[in-house]
Amino acid sequence: MNIVVCVKHVPDAQSERGFNEDNTTDRDGVDGLLSELDEYAVEQALQIAEAGEGEVTVLTVGPADAADAVKKSLQMGADKGVHVSDEAIAGSDAPATSLILAEAIKKVGSPDLVITGMASTDGTMGVVPAMLAERLGLPQVTYASELTVEDGVATIRRDGDTASETIQASLPALVSVTDQINEPRYPSFKGIMAAKKKPVEEWALADLGVDAGQVGLANAWTAVEQTTKRPPREQGTIVTDEGDGGTKLAEFLTTHKFV
Amino acid sequence: MAEVLVLVDHANGEVKKPAAEMLTLARRLGEPSAVFIGPGAETAKDLLARYGAEKIYSVSDPAALESLVAPQAEVLAQLVQEKQPAAVLIPSNSGGKEIGARLAVKTESGLITDAEDVQAGDSGPVTLQSVFAGSYTVNAKVTKGTPIICVKPNSATPEQAAGAGAFEELSVSISDEAKAARITASEPRKSSGRPELAEAAIVVSGGRGTGGDFSPVESFADSLGAAVGASRAAVDAGWYPHSSQVGQTGKQVSPQLYVAAGISGAIQHRAGMQTSKTIVAINKDEEAPIFELVDFGVVGDLFQVLPQATEAVKGK
Ligand SMILES: Cc1cc2nc3c(=O)[nH]c(=O)nc-3n(C[C@H](O)[C@H](O)[C@H](O)COP(=O)(O)OP(=O)(O)OC[C@H]3O[C@@H](n4cnc5c(N)ncnc54)[C@H](O)[C@@H]3O)c2cc1C
Ligand SMILES: Cc1cc2nc3c(=O)[nH]c(=O)nc-3n(C[C@H](O)[C@H](O)[C@H](O)COP(=O)(O)OP(=O)(O)OC[C@H]3O[C@@H](n4cnc5c(N)ncnc54)[C@H](O)[C@@H]3O)c2cc1C
Repeated sequence: MNIVVCVKHVPDAQSERGFNEDNTTDRDGVDGLLSELDEYAVEQALQIAEAGEGEVTVLTVGPADAADAVKKSLQMGADKGVHVSDEAIAGSDAPATSLILAEAIKKVGSPDLVITGMASTDGTMGVVPAMLAERLGLPQVTYASELTVEDGVATIRRDGDTASETIQASLPALVSVTDQINEPRYPSFKGIMAAKKKPVEEWALADLGVDAGQVGLANAWTAVEQTTKRPPREQGTIVTDEGDGGTKLAEFLTTHKFV
Repeated sequence: MAEVLVLVDHANGEVKKPAAEMLTLARRLGEPSAVFIGPGAETAKDLLARYGAEKIYSVSDPAALESLVAPQAEVLAQLVQEKQPAAVLIPSNSGGKEIGARLAVKTESGLITDAEDVQAGDSGPVTLQSVFAGSYTVNAKVTKGTPIICVKPNSATPEQAAGAGAFEELSVSISDEAKAARITASEPRKSSGRPELAEAAIVVSGGRGTGGDFSPVESFADSLGAAVGASRAAVDAGWYPHSSQVGQTGKQVSPQLYVAAGISGAIQHRAGMQTSKTIVAINKDEEAPIFELVDFGVVGDLFQVLPQATEAVKGK
């Protein structure tokens, strides 16, 4: 079983995030890390590989420091890493990102499973998994809160608004996982040491046969025209309950016509 | 005027509120055409026409819904090719965004998700999005292909405008590839009878501070006709279903009023509610970060405050 996990390097959500003058994400001002939601994808791949035979390759597309997302995944236990980096990629939109990921996955080989997170914690679009499935011609089974792989079939559980569903697809398939699926492990000291010896491939666009004119800010199919920092919400009235907190709350709601 | 395709969100023919909102937005961009996939279009017809649908394209083949999103993307791709619409509007929920994703790749078109407003611009629609947990707003547009825009619920006030509602049953061929992932079992969730979380005008949420007893939260919600939400801590503890989770990995809500009871206000929770028009919190801890956001806050025990507020609201 060969598994490719897509992991994104993102600005830390705990710090002040912002934009550069060209409306791309400011990555310099903030610490980057492995998108928290991709840890669940890595963990799931490791569990499947550990239960049988398998190799887990982690793949990231991003600037130089995106190598950290690969490193963290290797420390958790993934076998090898791929980092696609190229000046021309900067400012890519989701269709371009999925194109690069798809070509990189083809170059890695023909994995039985591609696992992704449900959404990144910066762009938070949640569209790359479906785009990848479309580009690779794979069945998509997304938002898994449970995943089992048996006899060449991936089965997931998905908890939707109106129903809990079971969804099946034959391998090879693409699966995206939610934060309900497992508890990601912390890298152990042994894992951290072992990661140093694990192979990481560095590929540029030319290695993938992707033309620079298909990616990057200038070739994006969408354009951000303006970014505006929202003024912080002004704190309103805070009262301490002295036996009449509920009444005061009801009064506030009445004054503002919610009642 | 060019057509604007609007993918109708419905449950077995019962049209959801965002469809009327999107038809209203579509009128700013061109002539709205509703696209109804699945059984029930006949029942939905009148409502869609009332909100401005000039045409209603219906695909009644149930196979189009059995296999997740891929067949729906194929239907839309076929329509985009035939009609060359000015834009495609799709509900910005998890399924809708995936339909948009596949459609974007198929038609080589740009995609914008989580739009909170759509306006006509000189070179196509201009959208408004909130990003980075609501700390920035962004105006964006599509520069290639047919603008595909996923629109969040509550992005417009539905306005009626009689449309012709010309009904057209489409025959589409859905590829085997699109049917590759199948729903093999479905366990319906019991309906609470309350409004749907993502669409509700008022949401009352409970967190770890409820200690697992959501009854004061539910009673207060019912006094206001509100939906009930929960923090991830409450969901992880098994107190409330995952589908009620508000936040980064749950529902993104943007109601007129959001009430957080026993919720601290972690960044991941704020990512899902920060764009609410009015925010109220009840929390024992006056230092809780949620108070930074509130229009009105009560420092106190939710088990005291909520029942009293519920009685007062009921008395009005
Ligand atoms: C604030 C903001 C708003 C944006 N708005 C738009 C927009 O409206 N339209 C648009 O086309 N683009 C937009 N982008 C750009 C888009 O987010 C990036 O192109 C991004 O790489 C793909 O989308 P996502 O981060 O939302 O990923 P998602 O679709 O949320 O990611 C899902 C999963 O895909 C995988 N994945 C995603 N990116 C990578 C990567 N680089 N390397 C490895 N795995 C990855 C991960 O497993 C991840 O968990 C926006 C970016 C930002 C920061
Ligand atoms: C990848 C990732 C994704 C996440 N996604 C989400 C998400 O989508 N949504 C989400 O909510 N969280 C999410 N989280 C979790 C988030 O970080 C917080 O852990 C969570 O929101 C905390 O929930 P809480 O506020 O209910 O609990 P706590 O932080 O424990 O807060 C409980 C609050 O209740 C108050 N309290 C206690 N008793 C009472 C009482 N009797 N009356 C009044 N107040 C009382 C306390 O003072 C405290 O402020 C995510 C985390 C990660 C890592």
